[in-house]
Amino acid sequence: MKLDIKLSGVGGQGILSIATIIGEAATAAGLHLKQAEVHGMSQRGGDVQSDMRLSTDGICSDLIPLGQADLIISMEPMEALRYLPYLAPKGAVITSSKPLVNIPNYPDEAALLAELDTLPHVVRADIETLAREHAMPKSANMILLGMAAPSLQQLLSEEQLRDAIARVFARKGTEVVSANLEAFKLGLEFARNR
Amino acid sequence: MAEKRLLLGDEAVALGALHAGLSGVYAYPGTPSTEITEFIQQSPFARERGVRSRWCTNEKTAMEAALGMSYAGKRALVCMKHVGMNVCADAFVNAAVTGVKGGLVVLAADDPSMHSSQNEQDSRFYGKFAMVPILEPSDQQEAYDMMAKAFALSEQLRLPVLMRLVTRLAHSRAAVQTGEPLAQNALEPDSERAHWVLLPGNARRQYAALIAKQTEIETLSEHSGFNHLAIPAQGEVGVIAAGIAYNYVCESAPAGLPVLKLSQYPLPARQIRELAAHCRRLLVVEDGQPFVEEQVKTLLGADYSVTGRLTGELPRTGELTPDCVAAALGVTGGPAFENAHNLAPRPPQLCQGCGHRDVYTALNQVAAEYPNARIFGDIGCYTLGALPPFRAIDSCVDMGASITMAKGAADAGVYPAIAVIGDSTFTHSGMTGLLDAVNDGSDITVIISDNLTTAMTGGQDSAGTHKFEAICLALGVEREHLHVVVPLPKNMEEITRILREEINYHGVSVIIPQRECMQTLGRKLRQKKQETK
Repeated sequence: MKLDIKLSGVGGQGILSIATIIGEAATAAGLHLKQAEVHGMSQRGGDVQSDMRLSTDGICSDLIPLGQADLIISMEPMEALRYLPYLAPKGAVITSSKPLVNIPNYPDEAALLAELDTLPHVVRADIETLAREHAMPKSANMILLGMAAPSLQQLLSEEQLRDAIARVFARKGTEVVSANLEAFKLGLEFARNR
Repeated sequence: MAEKRLLLGDEAVALGALHAGLSGVYAYPGTPSTEITEFIQQSPFARERGVRSRWCTNEKTAMEAALGMSYAGKRALVCMKHVGMNVCADAFVNAAVTGVKGGLVVLAADDPSMHSSQNEQDSRFYGKFAMVPILEPSDQQEAYDMMAKAFALSEQLRLPVLMRLVTRLAHSRAAVQTGEPLAQNALEPDSERAHWVLLPGNARRQYAALIAKQTEIETLSEHSGFNHLAIPAQGEVGVIAAGIAYNYVCESAPAGLPVLKLSQYPLPARQIRELAAHCRRLLVVEDGQPFVEEQVKTLLGADYSVTGRLTGELPRTGELTPDCVAAALGVTGGPAFENAHNLAPRPPQLCQGCGHRDVYTALNQVAAEYPNARIFGDIGCYTLGALPPFRAIDSCVDMGASITMAKGAADAGVYPAIAVIGDSTFTHSGMTGLLDAVNDGSDITVIISDNLTTAMTGGQDSAGTHKFEAICLALGVEREHLHVVVPLPKNMEEITRILREEINYHGVSVIIPQRECMQTLGRKLRQKKQETK
């Protein structure tokens, strides 16, 4: 069994934290894992992506082939669309719906969201606003991870993800851990109730 | 000590080297190699063992310091991005002639597709040029395992060993099973002066000895556990898969495909001939330039069909992908969804609040008053000044070229000729060019945009921090034509006035806009906040 995940966003949005949590959970679960990251020039406010492959068997390529990603998890809606050619026919897109506009030619927001909604499996939410409303402005990425949790469950349970969040954030103190767990729960409930 | 850890390819190299008894790592930061040295700098195990790991001023000083450590009998690692090999080539090529004492591993991280680079040169050519063994791991585990072998090989042959990574392996994470660490070598400086003093008489002997070692090096490749030939059945096509390419081949290889996994060079001629004998055609899959493909063509002769990047089965440029490799193997697949319509490129940009922004704002304002002005840029975050909204620089070629190109252009009559260089790039390769300009009284204006760090690669220490005025004065820049300013919008009037004055001065002037990088500043503030909690 395998899960190929494209993580995407804009440099500085924290997609690598999501990758770290999934990686931690997968390692603890004894899964095979490969995760290609982006470092260097592309971090500076440009588009960033990371290929994450989980499997019960050995993994060959560090990169996900076209048309094989089971999931696109994105911190930004246009960045979710950028990797459509990688999405598997039955793949799901879990994304923030709030555009980050730092370029002059950003597409029309309504058209962009409409295109997103033509895809077969989409879970989208304005995670930044959700995070602000629930007084957890720094945990938007964990809301997104919570939204993705139901799609990860064939390989990673909610408990395994929660444990990983606790372990990864442990050195930042109990407050940070509980804020991130709370954010995760919020995302999970959003995905379940929609 | 044996444990399983999730490591980047870079980190696997670093840990492998530490466990191989490393005594020092010498490096200048460069994507995608930076994390190797950073891992060693942060490793408690390295600290315990007193492993030397401070950043070097450039790749040449790094290579030479490592050679000195090897001379003293200890194991040393040099790390750099591929273009760093150009900078240290003199030391590297000659280290193969002197030979080494303690194991010396030179790690070059290539960047096919130029994710963060200005070319996609293939470092394996340097290994062949210097006539030393080359190792190219296919995955993170092999990167770890190879380090102990590489140091042992270096000591056995008394030669530097080149290890080549590519971006995808350097920056991809996977579980690595670690082993027991080896002891460090004792201090035992070499006393064979005839090896080390490369006067022509000695050099000729040493070079002949290097040539004489080649048969042994080739035999070692043919017996290397890192090269592996599998011929499950006679095939129409056989594959040679070098380094990370092996993973892409495995991803989509049809059952029974004959494959030579290649991770140690020179090419193992025996296995290649054997593979060729079982197939009608060979496909060479390698990341970077057609290094293997060209040599295999020569080895097998014109009558045997060798295909790959040169013949169009694989793209001639850019990094390999599982998709282009699958296509070359005749495996069908591809996207289920087309490219989205509502999509725009999102190029990287200078951070909000970055001092380089203020420098370019001032420079653009003043340069607009001189229709013939040319601004020679350099390598770093500030290269992004070439993109909108600034579009401020006319060139970016190699580390340090801003100053020397401005000098040459000024010599030819360009006025004003302005150089923009970062602090770390200036100490890396700009200082010597500035001395040329001073000695020649060149009519150039040099801007050393100092953010107190090597920012592009993530904020490593910069060799000249707090020393730039002293360096410029010592190189002969006149006191009255050397200015330090703080690049902030509120100082725009002062900065543009100084720029104008110095452009109008027909000699060498240096302006140093100095303000800390927003990224490193933010990191320090966050750390402070964390500590006071």
